[in-house]
Amino acid sequence: MKTEKIVEKILLIFALSATLVIFLIIIFLFKEGLPILKKEGLGFILGKIWNPGKEIYGALTFIAGSLSVTFLALLIAVPLGVSCALFLAEIAPKRAESLFRPVIELLAGIPSVVYGMFGLIVIVRFIKVSFDIPTGETVLACSIVLAVMILPIIISVSEDAIKSVPRIYKEGSFALGATHWQTMKRVILPTASSGITASIILAMGRAIGETMAVVLVLGNVEMIPKSILNPAEALTSVILLEMGEASVGGSHYEALFAVGIILFIIVMILNIISMKIGVRKK
Amino acid sequence: MKKKIIVIIMCMLFLGCISEGNKAKTISIAGSTTVQPISDGLAEAFMKKYDISVTIQGGGSGTGIKMVGEGTIDIGASSREIKEGEKEKYNLKIYPIAIDGLAIIVHPSNKIENLGMEQLKKIFSGEITNWKELGGEDKEIVLVVRAEGSGTRDFFEKKIMGDVSLSRKAMQKPSNGAVKATVAGNENAIGYIGAGYIDDYVKAVRIEEVYPDPENIRSGKYELSRKLYYITKKESEDVKKFMDFVLSDEGQDIVETLGFIRIG
Amino acid sequence: MKNKYVYALLWASTIVTAMILIFILGFVVLKGSSALSVEFLIDIPRRGGEAGGIFPAILGTFYLVIIALVVAVPLGVGGALYLVEFQKENIITKIIRFGADTLNAVPSIIFGLFGFAFLVYYLKLGVCILSGGVTLAFMVLPTILRTSEEALRAVPGWDKEGSYALGATKLQTIKNIVLPQSLSGIITGIVLSIGRAAGETAPIIFTAAILNPVLPESVFDPTMSLPSHLYTLVSESTPEKLVNAYGTALVLIILVLITTYSAMLFRKYFTRHVRR
Repeated sequence: MKTEKIVEKILLIFALSATLVIFLIIIFLFKEGLPILKKEGLGFILGKIWNPGKEIYGALTFIAGSLSVTFLALLIAVPLGVSCALFLAEIAPKRAESLFRPVIELLAGIPSVVYGMFGLIVIVRFIKVSFDIPTGETVLACSIVLAVMILPIIISVSEDAIKSVPRIYKEGSFALGATHWQTMKRVILPTASSGITASIILAMGRAIGETMAVVLVLGNVEMIPKSILNPAEALTSVILLEMGEASVGGSHYEALFAVGIILFIIVMILNIISMKIGVRKK
Repeated sequence: MKKKIIVIIMCMLFLGCISEGNKAKTISIAGSTTVQPISDGLAEAFMKKYDISVTIQGGGSGTGIKMVGEGTIDIGASSREIKEGEKEKYNLKIYPIAIDGLAIIVHPSNKIENLGMEQLKKIFSGEITNWKELGGEDKEIVLVVRAEGSGTRDFFEKKIMGDVSLSRKAMQKPSNGAVKATVAGNENAIGYIGAGYIDDYVKAVRIEEVYPDPENIRSGKYELSRKLYYITKKESEDVKKFMDFVLSDEGQDIVETLGFIRIG
Repeated sequence: MKNKYVYALLWASTIVTAMILIFILGFVVLKGSSALSVEFLIDIPRRGGEAGGIFPAILGTFYLVIIALVVAVPLGVGGALYLVEFQKENIITKIIRFGADTLNAVPSIIFGLFGFAFLVYYLKLGVCILSGGVTLAFMVLPTILRTSEEALRAVPGWDKEGSYALGATKLQTIKNIVLPQSLSGIITGIVLSIGRAAGETAPIIFTAAILNPVLPESVFDPTMSLPSHLYTLVSESTPEKLVNAYGTALVLIILVLITTYSAMLFRKYFTRHVRR
């Protein structure tokens, strides 16, 4: 009995480790980044100028960069992903589904650097040539790469949501004489909508948090993009590119942690929303 | 049985983890990517001669100076001069180890052969935006620069830009190699790299009619020349050995074979 | 809208998605196979990655993954055991799950930032395999916790009750019934985490990575790694470096193929095994 109690206590600590790490992350992020946020106030989020040399820190450019590529990526990936999910859940012959599942798992498993490489070599070049613009490192290129990266999330979570629509709903619809498409449109999709929305939110969090593919393909230009054929810079990229230089404890260091805080908060809010939506039963 | 095997493996790993027998014989270098090829070449030759490991990290000159100042690295590599504030804060030893030129590069297909300092300033500040203003094609100029913390960027901004701000439209890249790769892949691009990085994939332009070849850089005819540095704080025996090697004839021969200019 | 148009659209979407994967994989395989050779895997990089091989990167990634697993597997499996065997759903389990779910959503660059500030600087471990591996461990911990919990919960109650009925203690039941039966499910999660830990760049680029091919002698040494090497080669791409970049990417993709496929096999074995 005694050993059991000891083991139980040890396992409890193990179980709490994840929570402990999250607390540590929050503590470290805020310890380093909060002073700058306090000093600059709202100016940190609304300021357009990022000039570490003159100690001016405004992250609006990066927020705009991250949001624009994320939204465009969703625009591309959501229709495609939900269609695939519908296909897999409603139309696919048995064989096709087991064939397709590995496809999604593989797409999900490819490392982000590889996506970045592919994006830089193929997509950036393609866009530069097709649109005859100065450089192919653009919001469009980055969004395409991100769209491919978030497809697996949208497909698998949406598929789960669609599959869990009770058969009775579908059968009732068919009994009333509706076609398959009408059933999908009026019954299945609305019922599964909270799950599909959750998948979109999860995908959003993934896209905003992506670093390697973005830094290779977006161009890292410190301006708010005026069109999708402009380069831009993301929150994740500025941290990656400038972290090496900032002296520990200096204002640049603190500012980069502050950017980390913004990123963290955005992703956490999205995470909480998706959890709330996912929990709500139809 | 399985559990026993797992426990044994974990013990071995743990013992492996705590064995620090070889730790004393490692020198770590971090910092400037301009200096990196030199560090690479020197490290390789040094490791053949002595049983001391030399590891190299990147990050840019700012990183190198910071890390050596804080004691997390043995040698900081920098392509810019140490700032007064850094000197005071950290109490560092500074060794010039090579001379390098800052080259302005364009795509090989670009017809521009020469640029003046004033023109450079206007191009990189965004005042001149199209190659046709310089006698070239009617194409928008794509600026490629280094990210904050780069010694190369620092030198560029001091020597060429002066008080004028760099255009915010410039694309930032993490290393000399990355700037070179970007310019090599884009006919409209212009960027700056250490002269040691010039190869057939890019074209270096003359500045005020002077080409950045080793002769011109050494003689000072090419204006944009700078010293490259190794910076130390606390020097162990191994670090002293390495620094002696770097500044020796053999070390400086290596510097030259890599396309840089020897010190002294 | 006619059914058949919709069907066509949905078929098309799926085929497009499949084509994307085939295109990317095919591209990397085609371009990378010319670089791949025994020398490539055994040799060290030369001339900044333009020539030579990627052995130090392969070795480094191997060490990083091992350290990550050494830390994350006990914490994850142990934590899952606690959730399933020792605790009913209450405030403590809610805290545990909240922590794990939240940690799962953290972007990789934040892990890198945290690893740098906490492990490299605060704990003064410096840039080394230990710092990088532990950072990776934090990243994969939620996955291992979650998949282990699933696996443990799937062990049928009557097996456990049978064991207790025979007079076994809780620990004995865990050791002899619960763990063996859930093993394939747990391994599924571990194998998936291997693929993820091996491919992530941002967590290790500030905490473990170096640029020159020096082999690490202990966990307190830094190392090259496949993803950071690939990042260097891609961002500095000359045609020569690009060939090696494709080769490196191919090695990573082969690793992902192996881990994904093995995980699927384990999962099949696991579901078949448990649903007696």
